[in-house]
Amino acid sequence: MSTLALWIPLLPLVSAALLAAVSLSDRGRKAVPAFAVFPTATAAVLTFVVLFGHGTGAATESRIRYAATGGPELWLGARVDGLAALIAVLVGVVATAVQLYSVTYMAHEERYTSYSALISLFTAAMLVVVYSTDLLVLLVGWEIMGACSYFLIGHHWERPEARSASIKAFLVTKFGDVPFLLGILFLAHGAGTFRIEPIVRHAIQQGGHGYTAAGAILLIGGVMGKSAQIPLQTWLPDAMAGPTPISALIHAATMVAAGVYVVARLYPVFLVTTAALWILGIAAALTSVAAALSAFAQRDLKRILAYSTVSQLALMVGALAAGGRDAAIFHLMSHGAFKALLFLGAGVVIHHAGSGDVDELNAHGLRKKLPVTFVTMTVGLAALAGLPPFSGFFSKESIAGAAYETATHSGPATSILPLPPSGIGWLILVATLLTGFLTAAYCLRTWWMLFWPLERRGVRKVPEPVGALPAPAFDEDAGAAALEALVAESAGNAAFAEASSMKPGTEPEAAPARRTGPEAPLAELSPLVVLAVLTTVFGFVGLNLGWFPSWLGDADGNAYRTAAAEAGKLIQPAGAYHLAPALVSTVLAVFALLLGAGLVAGALRSRPGTDPNRVLGFLRKPAREGFGADDVQDAIAVRPVQLAADGVAFLDTEVVDGYVRGSGVAARGLGEGLRRLQTGNVQLYLTGVLTGAVVIAAALGFGR
Amino acid sequence: MHAVYPLTLAALLFAVGVYGLLARRNAVAVLMAVELMLNAVNLNLVTFSALLRDQFGMGQVFTIFLITVAAAEIGLGLAIVLMLYRNRGSAAVDEARELGEDGALGLKRLPAPAPPADSETDKAVAS
Repeated sequence: MSTLALWIPLLPLVSAALLAAVSLSDRGRKAVPAFAVFPTATAAVLTFVVLFGHGTGAATESRIRYAATGGPELWLGARVDGLAALIAVLVGVVATAVQLYSVTYMAHEERYTSYSALISLFTAAMLVVVYSTDLLVLLVGWEIMGACSYFLIGHHWERPEARSASIKAFLVTKFGDVPFLLGILFLAHGAGTFRIEPIVRHAIQQGGHGYTAAGAILLIGGVMGKSAQIPLQTWLPDAMAGPTPISALIHAATMVAAGVYVVARLYPVFLVTTAALWILGIAAALTSVAAALSAFAQRDLKRILAYSTVSQLALMVGALAAGGRDAAIFHLMSHGAFKALLFLGAGVVIHHAGSGDVDELNAHGLRKKLPVTFVTMTVGLAALAGLPPFSGFFSKESIAGAAYETATHSGPATSILPLPPSGIGWLILVATLLTGFLTAAYCLRTWWMLFWPLERRGVRKVPEPVGALPAPAFDEDAGAAALEALVAESAGNAAFAEASSMKPGTEPEAAPARRTGPEAPLAELSPLVVLAVLTTVFGFVGLNLGWFPSWLGDADGNAYRTAAAEAGKLIQPAGAYHLAPALVSTVLAVFALLLGAGLVAGALRSRPGTDPNRVLGFLRKPAREGFGADDVQDAIAVRPVQLAADGVAFLDTEVVDGYVRGSGVAARGLGEGLRRLQTGNVQLYLTGVLTGAVVIAAALGFGR
Repeated sequence: MHAVYPLTLAALLFAVGVYGLLARRNAVAVLMAVELMLNAVNLNLVTFSALLRDQFGMGQVFTIFLITVAAAEIGLGLAIVLMLYRNRGSAAVDEARELGEDGALGLKRLPAPAPPADSETDKAVAS
């Protein structure tokens, strides 16, 4: 199976090459959707073949020596264990859904060809990351993903906030990639090879000392950058300036999950390094709660989803820190499905209404106009909130359960490696419950704001005619912006309207033409339905003790056996593999869910005309701005770099150029002096010649 | 005869020639000073030719050459001086300084006629 996996990334790569060729020529534009969808769909089918071919067995590996370096060698190859096979399926399915969705969603776009080429290239890179057996090859895919993300966020490069968001995403993630590269080098130096399997084995045998510990801690930098954890979380909300399918594919389901995936792939390396687990745990706990608060306070639909992605990724990282690798991957997969669903639904909504502002969307009566989107997004939001029958409930439960297991576990470890310290377990348990409470609150708020028009004392009962923006009742500055837009439109001043709609944060999607007629093309609705069905049923795979863990395999890539887990022959104690909801954590989590939903319901009932996020009180404004993380980054990184750049510019223009200009000035001055000697008096010249001759003669004569 | 006498004489002649060349203002006197220096060299050539008992008399041959060259030179030089005098009404060497740089040391600033091309480019730059 690993031999097949070796070739799977080539399919989307070929697709990307074909699309690039089409985009360079004038012909073949009609074939673009076929070139975009079919290779990706084939790759998705093949990932299923690999998954079922691998089954519940131990890891297989096929590799080619790429370069004999003299030192550690480089291997091109695929290492298929349960983790890689499962994540590859997630990548394939979501990428196919997004390519299919984009066929109609991006059809009116001028740059659809290069856009789909980049998606294909991204898919290939992600599959390389997932299957790679060599950490350096993994890094290559990792960086290609970063570059594709940069290009795709900047797809609407005519708009300044898209440009700045793409640069920001690139720089912030690259800032994390520097320690990531160093971490890979440390691990490879410790184990003597870049291959994952010996590195993992080395970590298990040697424990968290020296190179393994340093490598694990350094790798966290890249994980935080890609998975948007504090302190590198700020790029993800801004990345919503890209097209909505890109947000669904890259910034919700796959690329941001790469950080989580790498930790899970090298899990024993982290498990033996307690300091790395603490760093991950503290960052995840902070991120999950802060991002959930921010999601509650946002007005823009895509930014709500972006912050909820940050928050959910933090739950996965927290689960990894608390020893729940299987729980983290379980949540990664269920989250990938329902978050892609939510983003694709948001795309339909935004295309329909021409705006992403929930307060404006509220007046559109979307529930009646978009019935399919309503139902599927309801499923997605319920899963995000963790409502019982949907996948999000089970996967979040498994995280809370793993944290609870770690927190309360006592006595000797019946496994090769012990569980993480119980302190991390308590930390993650509290963070999970708090996040669950907030998540329920903002999901209910988002759902209500999207689909149930608030009664607003006559101001906004009637959906306004096309083109007019309703004035928000509670937000002064946004009201002014809407007023400006109204004035601009009535004046027919297109340039001014464009300028006012470019205010950062007010509108993430370039307002596309509104659709009339049916809800959306089949190509957009069918991924929604498929993902909604997946979201509904996927959670049940965690119920059986053996199903998901045995498909996932053990942390070192070997097969999972229930008996071996009970006997303590696996990497982690048996409790870490149990994903079914435990009684205590379920009661706590459902309680938190009801509390959050009740809070918002109470706010809706007590003052029906207002946005329920007013219950945040004084936190609402800082939460909307992401708790000033941008300002902190500005102070710590941006301004010092700009000062240093100013210093370098000063050195260049004043010092280096000073020498260059000085040579010219000196030559001119010298010429001026010599010019002044040209008096025209021949006798003076001759005197000079004679003096020179005498001096030379004297020097020769006396110098002898 | 000891060689020091003709050599001293030659040196004195040369010195007188140098003085005349550098200090006299009249162009004819300058030419005469040049002749003095040439003849000092001639004297040296003859002296050393005799002193070294030159088999081929090369020093003397050179002297004859030099006398010829000096005659030609004085003919040319006097013609130049004549033209100088005709054009300027004076044969003073230090007054013929038209080739000197504008504003050079010790030279009175000449009323510089503004070249039209330059002023046009200046205007072009200014506009």
